[in-house]
Amino acid sequence: MLEMPWVDFEKCTGCGTCVAACHCGAIVIVESKAIIIQTLKCGWCTVCEAVCPEGALLCEFEIVIEN
Amino acid sequence: MTLTVPVEFLQASPYFADMNVSELDSVAGLFFEKKIDKGDTIVWEGNPGEALYFVASGAVKCFKTSEEGKEQILQIVLPGNSFNDVAVFDGGPSPTSAEAMSLVGLYGITKRDMEKVITDHPWLLHNIVQVLSAKVRHLLDLVEDLSFRHVISRIARILLEYADGAGPKPKLTQQEMAALAGTAREVVGRSLKTMQEDGLVRMERNRLVISNKDELVRLVNSHP
Repeated sequence: MLEMPWVDFEKCTGCGTCVAACHCGAIVIVESKAIIIQTLKCGWCTVCEAVCPEGALLCEFEIVIEN
Repeated sequence: MTLTVPVEFLQASPYFADMNVSELDSVAGLFFEKKIDKGDTIVWEGNPGEALYFVASGAVKCFKTSEEGKEQILQIVLPGNSFNDVAVFDGGPSPTSAEAMSLVGLYGITKRDMEKVITDHPWLLHNIVQVLSAKVRHLLDLVEDLSFRHVISRIARILLEYADGAGPKPKLTQQEMAALAGTAREVVGRSLKTMQEDGLVRMERNRLVISNKDELVRLVNSHP
């Protein structure tokens, strides 16, 4: 399953800043919470994490060493 | 009696090294267990240090926050290691906040119970000095990094430190890399882009692949 940015629903206020900033149109606000609904569109550009005023969106990277 | 914390867990901790099984059994009975959801705060900077915590699973970040809201991560605590030690031993407020980076399992012991353990087993102070010395050494390395290394070199060091290797490592956001490196998130983004252009790393969606480890090590050492 495609991994998605993680939304902390306790911190998310549903302000919509991430929706406006997302170049991929992957995020919508549902019941005052950010939901990444277009999962195939999300390109992990991390702009949603950068703009979120609450620090509610996390785009985590697994760091690996290529053999 | 079912103990909250397995004796084997305590045995592996430098705090309780050299304790015999019956001593460990009595100490284990003083521990409590906590499960913390990702993103939840366990300890708030400035609050009284009420308990010493040991990470059983997951990862915990210990950080200070500036008045402007900027974070500086001082330590990411992985299974087997402890946090909130300083406040428990000096009686002052917690010097850092601690937040769960994933679902976290903790074993905790209250300040009062830890004091009782030390009173009953004073030789444990030798272990505690060693644990605290290791933490001081880690903080001195951090001061050296922040004072003398260039940002890109600090970020390269973080990538090497947190690359999946011998043990499980937490995933990191660019914000967390910035908070570890003592810089802004945008600087991390630019540094990763430079490293990618130079062929040192490759961004693959949510994976950051170190494609040229030797060069990355050289980058760490070339900016002392």
